[in-house]
Amino acid sequence: MTTAAPPLIRQRAETSAARASQVWKVYGTGEAQVVALRGVDVELERGRFTAIMGPSGSGKSTLMHCLAGLDSVSRGQVFVGDTEVTGLNDAGLTRLRREKIGFIFQQFNLLPTLTAQENILLPLAIAGRKPDQQWFQTVIDTVGLGDRLGHRPNQLSGGQQQRVACARALVSRPEVVFADEPTGNLDSRSGAEVLGFLRRSVTEYGQTIVMVTHDAVAASYADRVIFLADGQIVAELTGPTPERVLDTLKSLDRTAQPGTEL
Amino acid sequence: MLRATLKSLLARKLRLVLSGLAVLLGVMFVSGSFVLTDALGRSFDNMFSSAMAETDVLVTARPAIDVSELEGESVPGMLAAADRDAVAAVPGVAEVVGVVQADGARVIGTDGKVVASFGPPRFGANWTGETGGLELREGRGPTSADEIAVNVTLAELSKLKVGDRVGVLTTQPKKLFTLVGVFGYEGGLPGQGPVHEVRFTEPVAQELMLGAPGAYTSLSVTAAPGTDPAALRDAIKSRLGDKYVVQTGQEAAAAIAGDFKTILSLFNNILLGFAGVALFVGTFLILNTFSIIVAQRTRELALSRALGASRRQVIGSVMVEALAIGLLASVLGLAAGVGVGALLAKLAADFSSLVLASISLPLAAVISAFAVGIGVTVIAALLPALRASRVPPVAALQEVATPDRPLTRLTVSGASIGALGAGAIAFGLATSGDAVMWLLLGGVLATFIGVSLLSPVLARPVVSVLGRLFSWSVPGRLGRLNSGRNPRRTAITAAALMVGVALITGVNTTISSADRSLRGDAETGFQADLIISGQESPGVLPTFDEALLPRMRAVPGIGTVTAEYNDQALINEEPSWAAAVTDLPAVVRDLSLVAVAGSLAQPGPGEVVVDDQNATEAGLTVGSTVTVKLPKGEPASYRISGVYQRAPFYGGYIFGTDVVPGMRFPQPSFAYVRLADGADDAAARKGLEALLVDSPEMLVEDKQQYLDRELGEGAQLLLMIQILLGLAIVIAVLGVINTLALSVLERTRELGLLRAIGLSRAATMRMITVEAVVITVFGVLLGVAVGIGLGAAVVQGLADEGLSTLSIPWPAIGLYLAAGAALGVLAAVLPAIRAARINVLTAIAHE
Ligand SMILES: Nc1ncnc2c1ncn2[C@@H]1O[C@H](COP(=O)(O)OP(=O)(O)O)[C@@H](O)[C@H]1O
Ligand SMILES: [Mg+2]
Repeated sequence: MTTAAPPLIRQRAETSAARASQVWKVYGTGEAQVVALRGVDVELERGRFTAIMGPSGSGKSTLMHCLAGLDSVSRGQVFVGDTEVTGLNDAGLTRLRREKIGFIFQQFNLLPTLTAQENILLPLAIAGRKPDQQWFQTVIDTVGLGDRLGHRPNQLSGGQQQRVACARALVSRPEVVFADEPTGNLDSRSGAEVLGFLRRSVTEYGQTIVMVTHDAVAASYADRVIFLADGQIVAELTGPTPERVLDTLKSLDRTAQPGTEL
Repeated sequence: MLRATLKSLLARKLRLVLSGLAVLLGVMFVSGSFVLTDALGRSFDNMFSSAMAETDVLVTARPAIDVSELEGESVPGMLAAADRDAVAAVPGVAEVVGVVQADGARVIGTDGKVVASFGPPRFGANWTGETGGLELREGRGPTSADEIAVNVTLAELSKLKVGDRVGVLTTQPKKLFTLVGVFGYEGGLPGQGPVHEVRFTEPVAQELMLGAPGAYTSLSVTAAPGTDPAALRDAIKSRLGDKYVVQTGQEAAAAIAGDFKTILSLFNNILLGFAGVALFVGTFLILNTFSIIVAQRTRELALSRALGASRRQVIGSVMVEALAIGLLASVLGLAAGVGVGALLAKLAADFSSLVLASISLPLAAVISAFAVGIGVTVIAALLPALRASRVPPVAALQEVATPDRPLTRLTVSGASIGALGAGAIAFGLATSGDAVMWLLLGGVLATFIGVSLLSPVLARPVVSVLGRLFSWSVPGRLGRLNSGRNPRRTAITAAALMVGVALITGVNTTISSADRSLRGDAETGFQADLIISGQESPGVLPTFDEALLPRMRAVPGIGTVTAEYNDQALINEEPSWAAAVTDLPAVVRDLSLVAVAGSLAQPGPGEVVVDDQNATEAGLTVGSTVTVKLPKGEPASYRISGVYQRAPFYGGYIFGTDVVPGMRFPQPSFAYVRLADGADDAAARKGLEALLVDSPEMLVEDKQQYLDRELGEGAQLLLMIQILLGLAIVIAVLGVINTLALSVLERTRELGLLRAIGLSRAATMRMITVEAVVITVFGVLLGVAVGIGLGAAVVQGLADEGLSTLSIPWPAIGLYLAAGAALGVLAAVLPAIRAARINVLTAIAHE
């Protein structure tokens, strides 16, 4: 276990899928000012599954949004692959999302008018790219949706919908997939299916995944867990188990204990 | 509950602004028409009473031929010099001024063309000095036979100056005069309203304008001091007998103004009709808005039901909202209507040199504004309110808002109402009488409502077919899917557009069928190589000098030239058109007329030929006699010498030239020309045109040119109708904007998601645009289909009137579709910008 002493960040495009350097995020001004991130330095290695944990309001979502270029930073730099995200205009960000980033949200991930298959292929269609048939097949086999591809979202269960969303995030082989509490709305069995699938895509296909969660069991699927508190990285775990994650959380703050459903 | 209602009212500003705007525009149209016609009406009152200010009693002859305004112009009667002397002898009369005034004095401007008037009369009158408000502005009045004075209006239009030699066309061919004076009227006016005026010396005016030496059209009487005009009127009346109309100056002014007001109120009714269409379309928009609001508030309404609100309270909350919007829209619409009405009145007055009376707010405008504004809103909100009251309390707990309700009931009622409407139209066209108008109106209305109810069922297949056009791109495909998502909403939005398009298409189909039918018959029937004619205008029948006929016949290459004279006549007391020809067999040949009975040889004196339709209606056969009264002649007996088959483009009584002296324009108004075999068409035409140099109104045209010009009036009518239906279309487009804005709002999350997975701003805008275009094109398609149906029904109904072929104006319909697509793009602009501006993060946080 190491505490908040980030290593010196160097330009290592080959091994880092995304990184943040001295990122500050301030919302509002004056009285209503909220500092959501305070000089965060983090590097997310390629081909690894990273979980971001922390109490509610600690800045997990904000950090992920800044890393993904969904939100602007107040200070600092963000890179995805070798592209500097900070400073890109809307067209640049759109291109970045098409080429390098996949998203999985907590809910409402799919377009209700499209079938599961059309939803999965939508990012490629939008980017005007042809799907790699073999990879598409691999993805849907892994997700286990073969017989449900022609269904519309409202004909699928919550777990199935999230698996479709996972498949969509993976099908374009993005540099990095960002997932914000992807299992937050699912029962534990469906959640386990989705998490297992994410784990496999990292292990078997070398996908980079960053996942925000407040569930210790979910975090234990990751290779590495970063703990945030009050907008700063306060701890880090590699090779987490649910017990170690809970211990770390307890040691960090006895008043805020997420994952109490365990 | 009221408080909660008003709060939610404010929370949905955009939708309410748009639907309120629809009502506002409709109300503005209604009240604007009232304000405009009221102001113009009172301006006419003022104008005529100031023109009659110096006249205590006015004596006019009864019209020689009296027809209603809708059927043409009445032919004014005349008074004789003896009548003037008789009036002058009545005790209490200080002075009698004989007035000669008739329409049809056309001045040839410096450009060699006749100075055109677009409606107002071109009076030729006698110079009576500076009376009746007339003021000389330059020069003097005419004193010798070859002098004239003109009013400022005419001087400005013709660019003529005092001292110029001026050609004037009257009932006789062109005569040359010297312009010696320019006059205006009291108050610095260039004329009495927009009329053109030429003043001759009295004998010349009588000769040229009336064709009757010593005759007057009216006598303006000044009473001796102390004589009561009404008493004087009665004295003159008892002296002259029943032959003449005797009125005090005030009565006469009111009577003339009354005629104008009849026309104005007709005009007002037409405007109100178009306003009605706009409001009808607005109803769709409001209905849609309230349905959406109710759907969005389902949970809120259910919660209030769960908390104990009664159905009645739920209905009340929706209706209060409608009432508030209706009230606000009425107030603002009325204000805007006053503004627009005043502005139009000002423009009209400036254009026609009328002194505008003060603008006031007629009670009718206020009443109709509120009745219409509040009525339309409340009626449109009724259905959504009922639906709201049926929301069960348990809906508050359910996740899904409203499942797609089946469309069966809508479809069945739509089909029955539509069928009822079609039936009413068919019945209305087949019968005659007072009910026809209402049957047709109700039928069209029911058809619109029926088709609107059917449109959700049609929306699915049509939208999916239409959408395929756009499916090649991802945004296109998404847009298409979105427009198919809520068929009811798409359908009502499109149906609003349908109404205007259907009316335009229906009128266009009718006009184009009339054009095609006439053209078809005329193209085979017309055998003349060239036709000489002039464009008719009210009160004026362009003619040319009959002395030219022999010289025309002598032009190299000309075979025959047959002249035709025309005027109105009373035949067996019925107003009819009378024609006189120089050579009936030539006309029969040139127009392919077919004899039904008797002979079609040239009618001799006392003989007349008539078409079979008129003959049947009047119960005439060969040998029967009719009494014919021409404007300038005494009644005389004519014997029917032949009956011909009415051609779609030709019919009526045909006389020999013995009736010509009784006509107001005793000169030919038509000539049918046959060329000699092997003649040089262009050279012959040039020769004829050279002869007609003094008759600039007359045109030498071949069949095609003649038909194009004569049938061109349909295009103008169509243009007018399209402009007036513009507001209905604008309101429908507001509806499209409304629907799209809502779609964007409802799908904020989805849009955020799409942006997050790489949809660019431009592609987002394209997606919304496709959705809009699909809706508008669907609306235009519906409108075109209904419009063709309506047009076909009218053509069918008018088959007796010569509408033999149905002609669908495909090029115009193509244009409507393109315009519909363009309107879709236009309507999408704001919602699309809004969609493109959506912030991904806030969208994802949005619920
Ligand atoms: N749009 C915003 N405006 C103002 N404050 C915000 C906004 N988004 C997040 N915050 C604040 O920033 C802090 C971090 O929020 P967030 O990243 O959502 O936390 P977490 O995802 O860890 O629960 C919180 O204090 C939150 O209130
Ligand atoms: Mg969060």
